[in-house]
Parts: sequence; structure tokens; C-alpha cells
Amino acid sequence: MLKTESIILNLGPQHPSTHGVFRVKVKLDGEAVLDLEPVMGYLHRGIEKLSEERTYVQIVPFTDRLDYICSMTNNQAYALAVEKLAGIEVPERAEYIRVIMAEFTRIINHMLAVGFLWNELGAYFTPLLYCYRERERILDLFEKTCGSRLTCNYIRPGGVSVDLPKGFIPQAKTLTAHLRTFADELDNMLTENEIFISRAVDVGILPAEVAVNSSITGPMLRASGVPYDIRKVDNYSIYDRFEFDVPTCEHGDIWDRYYQHILEIYQSVRILEQALDTIPDGEVMNKRAGRALRRPPVGEAYGRIEAPKGELAFYAVSDGSNNPYRLRIRPPSMINLTALKEMCAGQKIQDLIVILGSINIVLGEVDR
Amino acid sequence: MSEEEMIEEQLKNNIFLTTVDAVYNWGRKGSVWPVMFGLACCAIEMIGAASARYDFSRFGMEIMRASPRQADLMIVAGTVVHKMAPQVLRIYNQMPEPKYVLAMGTCATSGGPFPGYAVLQGIDEILPVDVYVPGCPPRPEALMQGFMKLHDDIMKQSIKTVSWYQKEEPA
Amino acid sequence: MTNAEILAKLKEKYPNAVVDVPELIDFTVAIEPSALAEVAAFLRDECGLDYMADVTAVDRPERFEVVYHLYSIKDKTSEPFVLKVYLEDKENPTVASVTPLWKGADFQEREVYDLMGINFEGHPYLKRILLWEGFPGHPLRKDFENRTFTYEELKPTRPTEPDLM
Repeated sequence: MLKTESIILNLGPQHPSTHGVFRVKVKLDGEAVLDLEPVMGYLHRGIEKLSEERTYVQIVPFTDRLDYICSMTNNQAYALAVEKLAGIEVPERAEYIRVIMAEFTRIINHMLAVGFLWNELGAYFTPLLYCYRERERILDLFEKTCGSRLTCNYIRPGGVSVDLPKGFIPQAKTLTAHLRTFADELDNMLTENEIFISRAVDVGILPAEVAVNSSITGPMLRASGVPYDIRKVDNYSIYDRFEFDVPTCEHGDIWDRYYQHILEIYQSVRILEQALDTIPDGEVMNKRAGRALRRPPVGEAYGRIEAPKGELAFYAVSDGSNNPYRLRIRPPSMINLTALKEMCAGQKIQDLIVILGSINIVLGEVDR
Repeated sequence: MSEEEMIEEQLKNNIFLTTVDAVYNWGRKGSVWPVMFGLACCAIEMIGAASARYDFSRFGMEIMRASPRQADLMIVAGTVVHKMAPQVLRIYNQMPEPKYVLAMGTCATSGGPFPGYAVLQGIDEILPVDVYVPGCPPRPEALMQGFMKLHDDIMKQSIKTVSWYQKEEPA
Repeated sequence: MTNAEILAKLKEKYPNAVVDVPELIDFTVAIEPSALAEVAAFLRDECGLDYMADVTAVDRPERFEVVYHLYSIKDKTSEPFVLKVYLEDKENPTVASVTPLWKGADFQEREVYDLMGINFEGHPYLKRILLWEGFPGHPLRKDFENRTFTYEELKPTRPTEPDLM
């Protein structure tokens, strides 16, 4: 008679397929997963405590480094919360620029999500290199505008910091047309791959009620069938002027989460085409913003946006002084990890790696 | 005589006179394999440096090993926080000699923009660093200049004095 | 249901629970700490607030405030319903956990415990999540002075045995 025991395996913080320093303690019976416990905090930098000693504008570079792939949308969420708190208006042209930058950022994030998911599956780096090549073209635009590729520090409370340079709009228009053909190329290459279908269909299923109860948002929620997109619900910024759909998928497995990203790239391209055609002239920063931020009114405000990973929100509490009394960052990646245990119940350890890849986490945001 | 002249031509093209040190170091610098150790935002720029536009495969480095036992170089790319510091030290200890450390970005050099309770203010508190690359994040070209500086440092080492060939343990 | 309707229903069902309705930018209701479990179940089941967006805490000079932001995905509300609980006891702050009702509050309550030191009764696994068990103090409290530590200073606080499940 053979007697087996379960073992506890440590998928340690340094591991080539965990999107950063994230640790999972897994209890295995052979290859089947019995129990797991995620351990985070290996990138906790204490940004919330540091924000209490900085002025409102000095916090903008910290927000870049939260979800470091999508720094423009982080800036936008913070700017929204502070504008709500202090009652600052944003000029028209700045709103259009914000939408353009946010949608480019969303495309970057979805391409990298697809690329990193395929890394986990074993297609070692090839789809990721294709996506990085396109990302370089978008980063050329960012660098022309704000000087930096990754940590942009561009969207500030009251508007944006500098105006778009000459030649931005024609280059952006050709790039948008090119991104549409690139999304077609990704779709053709990857969607109907037999190995992917046999590994991803019906694996890691997340039912809709569990998703809503676990506070999951973003593409993960929409892939489980719930059509909730904060751009449509809140109508923040000027998203109500653009026509776009909210696609959903039905089953909530890994294949659906992958396909949801591809569908959303098409919708972002649609918004970009409309925004680049109708952008007006004008100034890009509210001149009264600096003064309003020196002595904002006492109070608190909760500002949220549809970040590429989910609902990113800032809760700013002010006591009337230059620095916020408390700044809370609601991280979509950390909360999306709540359902990891349910999704992996009964799966094998190889599937655990791919399921973790399909949640699309970034550790800078999980740990702040 | 034409035969002698021909032989002399051939000798000039096919025989090189050099030192053992130069050949040894030239072989080592041509294929430094980094361990895949991206922590934060600098990791994205490191992967960008490995991608098609700023290829570092031309240095022989595109194979980023997952296991530290097979790697020569540890690129500490990103913020090292106090919770992660023992793990960084552990991975450094698992690498076999000869090994080098490159601190990429200001967070690895000196704590970066985070002077707080949770961040280790520079990994040179726990590791011996060979090259520092500043920037937040450094551009891929800056990282490659760091690599070239590392290659220069490798070329200057000599078999007579390197620590892994000494008889006694270093102090 | 709008936030005002929810407040009216709440006052009808639990007349003693509501302590304060402060005038803030977002619609805010402060309730008694002891009534949290019942009010939370009522809000989730009767008023349709099925999405707990955020659980956090603020360290005021005289009390702790635990803040919950609630939305409804069914009704697609765009204004948050902010629920606050005032904890006067600063030595040993304790409040009931809402994790049995909304599973999304799991990691967030652990983070509030870690960084602020507030205990949540009824939480299935209340351990420190972002820092390790021996870390000296709770950083987000106002009496914790934010300074840099060296590696040697924190070495004695680290766990000596490996932490298994």
C-alpha cells in the first residue's frame, strides 16, 4: 500500500512568472492544489504615509509609481479626487488630452496583459515582444509630450502640465490606424490556437455573483458577464461625448479574460479616433488650481476611474492645510486577488500559474 | 621569396599574441547572463532593453536565467523594501562566483524617492555593488552604458588577483 | 434606490443606530459600532448595495474612524454611500468585521489591522499583510514618526522560523 502526504510548496517572491515579487504558499497533493495562501508586501513602500508630508502637487510623481505600466491613468484618478475635494474645474482641451492619454495607456496595458499571460503559458516571450514593439511606438508619443517614457507626471489637478507638441495629432492618428491592424494581427495569431484553447477554456472559472461579492472590477468582472464599466456609470471627465460599447464574455474562464482584453482594445481605438478628430483649442491648465490647492476646504472626497485593471480610486481627507491629512489608494490589483483561492480550487499547479497570469496584477499597486 | 612572404602573411592573420588574462576576460564578458530579478518599474525598462528596439542580445545577455545558480549578474531593478531584503541576500548567496551586481535605478542605489519606514535606502547596505545606473527609471540606453562599464571592469580583472582563485578565504 | 431613500429606510428599521449625518461632499452616514453587523446585512440584502468598494480608516486626534464606501452594481449607482463608524477607544479599537457579508473586504481589513492596529472581530484570518509580524508599531497612526530604518536595526524583529501555512 502506498501512502502519500501533502507537501507545502513555496512559490517564492522571486519567480520568473509572478509579475513581480508576489509569493504564494501552496499545499499540494501530487500536482493538485488543495489550499493556497497569497503573501504580499514585498514591494510596500509606504506611499500613503509619505503623502501626509508632501503637498498635493508633490504627490503626483508617487502616483506614477503605483501601477507602473499605466502611469497616466493613475495620475488621472488622483487628479479627479483632488478636483472633487477642492472644487477645481478643468479646461476643455485638457479633458480631451486626458482621454487620449488614458486610452493609449489602456491599449498598452491590455497588450502587455495578453503578452504576460502568454509568457505564463510557455510561449516564452514571442507575443510579448510583438506587444513591446507596439508599446515603443506609443511611448514615443508620450516622450514627445511629457519627456518621460514610463513615469509621466503629466496629468495634474487642474489640467495637464504642458500642451501637446506640434505633430502629435497626425502621428497619433496614423498610430491609431496601425493599432487597429495590430489588434487584428494579435487576434489572428493567438485566439484560435489549439494549445491555448485546451489549456484555457473552462479553467479558473469565476462566477458572476462571486465576482461582485469579492469586489472585483475591470476586465475580470466584465469577462464573467457583468456589464459594469465606470466610464459609462459615472460619466466622469467627458466620456459621455464618445460612442463606445461595453463588451462582456459569458463564462469567466481564462480564455474569456484574454478575449475581453482584445475586445477592449478595439473599443479604445474607437474612442481615440473620435477624440483625435474633435479636440478643440484652448488652454490646458486651470490657472486658479495652484492657489486652490494651497488651502483646500476641510472635507473628504472619493474619486474613482475605470483604470485598465479595474476601479482605481483615491480617498483624500483634507484638514485645510497644504498636505492631505490622509490619502488612501484603493488598489484594483490587490482586491482582484481576493478570488484567487476560489478560482484555483481543484486545479493543478500549472493552472495556478496561468490563472495568476490572467488576473493581470502589478505589484506596485498591490503593495503601494 | 614568395613562399616565405606568403607564410608570413598567413601568420599575421591567424596567430595572435596576447595574455591569458585578456582571453579569459574577453570570453567572460561576451556572455554575462543576468538573473531575472525585476522588482518594480525598472523591471519594465529592463524588459524593454531586452526587446526588439534596444536589444541587449548583442552583448550576449538575452538569456535571463530564472535560477540564480546559472547566472553571473544580478541586476537589482526596482525598490528593495525591508521585507524583501533577506530574500535578495539569499539569492545573491546562491549565485556562484564570479558574480557581479548592478544597481539599476535610484531606488536600488539610494532608496529613490521613498525615504520612509519601509524602504531600504540602497542595496549597498547589504550587497557589494559593481555598477550604479541612475535614473527613475533609467532609459534602456543608460542601462546599456552600465553594461559597457561592467565589461570594462571585467576586462581589468586579472587571474592572479581575483577572489575565487585565491587559496585562503577572503577576510 | 437613492442614498436619501436608503437613509430613510435605515432610520425606520434601526432608529438608534444612526449617530450622525455629516455634511460632506459624498453622502455620509455614521452609525454605532455595536450596530454595524445588523446594519451592514440590511444594506446588502434590502437596499441592494452589493459592492463594497473600499474599507479604510482615518486617525483623528480624538477617535478612529473606519470608513466603508458602498455602491450598487445592480442599480448602477454613481454616488457612493459612505458608512462611517467612530471608535472612541484609542488603546484597543475593535469593530465587527464585514468579511462574512462582502468577501472583498478581506484583504482591506487585514491592511487596516496591519497599518492602523484596529481589530476586526469575526475576520477569518486576521494577520499582518503588508509588513511582517514583528514590525515595531503600526505605521499609519499619527504618533508613528516616519523615519528610515537601516537593515541592522530591523534584523532582530524578523521571524526566526520559516512561516508555513
